[in-house]
Amino acid sequence: MSTAINVEHLSYQYPGVDDTPGTVVFENLNLTVEHGSFVAILGGNGCGKSTLAKHFNSILLPSGGKVYVCGMDTADEEKLMQIRRNVGMVFQNPDNQIVANVVEEDVAFGPENLGVASPAIRQRVDQALRQVGMYDYREHAPHLLSGGQKQRVAIAGVIAMEPKCIVLDEPTAMLDPKGRREVLETVLRLNREKGITVVLITHHMDEAAKADRVVVLHKGQVALDGTPRQVFAQVEKLHELGLRAPESTELCHALRQQRIDLQEACLNEEECAKILSEAFGKTFPGK
Amino acid sequence: MLKDITLGQFFPGNSFIHRLDPRTKLIFLIVYIATLFTASNWISYGLMIAFLALVIAISTIPLKSIVRGMKPLVFILIFTGVLNVFFTAGETVLVSFWIFTITLEGIIRAFFMMTRILLLITGTFLLTYTTSPIALTDGLESLLSPLKKLRVPVHELSMMMCIALRFIPTLIEETDKIMSAQKARGADFETGSLMQRVRALVPILVPLFISAFRRADELATAMECRCYQGGEGRTKMKLLRFHRCDIQAFASAAVLLAAVITLHSFGL
Repeated sequence: MSTAINVEHLSYQYPGVDDTPGTVVFENLNLTVEHGSFVAILGGNGCGKSTLAKHFNSILLPSGGKVYVCGMDTADEEKLMQIRRNVGMVFQNPDNQIVANVVEEDVAFGPENLGVASPAIRQRVDQALRQVGMYDYREHAPHLLSGGQKQRVAIAGVIAMEPKCIVLDEPTAMLDPKGRREVLETVLRLNREKGITVVLITHHMDEAAKADRVVVLHKGQVALDGTPRQVFAQVEKLHELGLRAPESTELCHALRQQRIDLQEACLNEEECAKILSEAFGKTFPGK
Repeated sequence: MLKDITLGQFFPGNSFIHRLDPRTKLIFLIVYIATLFTASNWISYGLMIAFLALVIAISTIPLKSIVRGMKPLVFILIFTGVLNVFFTAGETVLVSFWIFTITLEGIIRAFFMMTRILLLITGTFLLTYTTSPIALTDGLESLLSPLKKLRVPVHELSMMMCIALRFIPTLIEETDKIMSAQKARGADFETGSLMQRVRALVPILVPLFISAFRRADELATAMECRCYQGGEGRTKMKLLRFHRCDIQAFASAAVLLAAVITLHSFGL
């Protein structure tokens, strides 16, 4: 079968103002995302992460090359609705993507636009709200919820359209640590249990470490691509690209530079504690 | 200070009035207002007052909040009353001084006019107190939908109303934040002449407008991503349906209208 998202030789240049040409973001970018995978996209500011995300559901169209979503060309106008119902988007600011002033009405917005029959909408809304753990808040006003809760409502609004793929553009950037954890857990669960393909654009390395695959963009090109373990092992390379590995990986890297012999790289706190206790022959109290 | 602003205040509840279809309530209000303008004597006004009192009693809305909502209207009421007392021609002159004459007819007319305004506003308040904003916009959209044939953008209007209601608290919060930020940098909103105070508002309004436009832009993208393409082919999760209580409400409205018209035509 086709892949969830297939980017072939993509080039994109923002439209220029007056006579000055717009910035070139991509030149000949290639990327495929398999069905059911969880891909994190990393990169410094201005590397084209968000621009790329907007290509995944025809908000932006390529200047050159092609983007295919579930086998459909995003430039094909007749498939526009089909593409958008298959690729849901969640943005950074939860306030600016909630349309209605009651949680359940907002979740119903997508299915209502698709012309789903009323009883089926009710069913989808309840199911979507349960999946993100917001069912008890269905009659609340969105502005009274916390940032993490609002973002989960936004995710429910997307999954109520029953998409095959969700693209999240820095969904946790405006949230506190608790909200970040809630949102990430929700996304992980949707990926594991429902098999929804997830593309997560993020600045937080510990979030990327939970993905199946990490893609690092740099100046509109794929600089690194692999499992989190493969990518974060290349700490020096990440530093060159202006990024950092997760804190515990950085720690191990720093220790290794001090000629302390550590066997392998680690991705999270637990692994780090284990490696350190093996290296120093001591056990460290857990969290 | 900004926390006090309440628009379209809604008291959640489960009374007979709350359960009515929003369309019923809207039509009811229109009929009531029309009847109000046909009322012309003591009996019909008494009937109108009694009817509204009954509705208030059923709705379980505390009388106190209705009275509180009236406060800003006291000036208009007094103004109407005074105007009618002095400028109604009549035969039974009570007092006469300089160029003013006060007649019995004038006083009665003023009293009727004030009652009319009071009833009109209380009725409207009752509608917004017992109907959630979403139900109200849905009801309006449904009632106005025949206008779609005349190319009136009914769906778009109700969508705009819905989004406006949704963003009122967000923008109020934002205004609060901007004001705090400006105060922290020494802005003064409370002292000075009126001109100075008005000028002090500019540094609040400029960032507020910029952010509102940015929000609008992002919201439009998010709506597009959720397959929004206007009202065509759109369905609704909650369908509006008339129940038995709506029929009862319509019947009572008809009885009231008939009674007042009869009273009017017999000149009682």
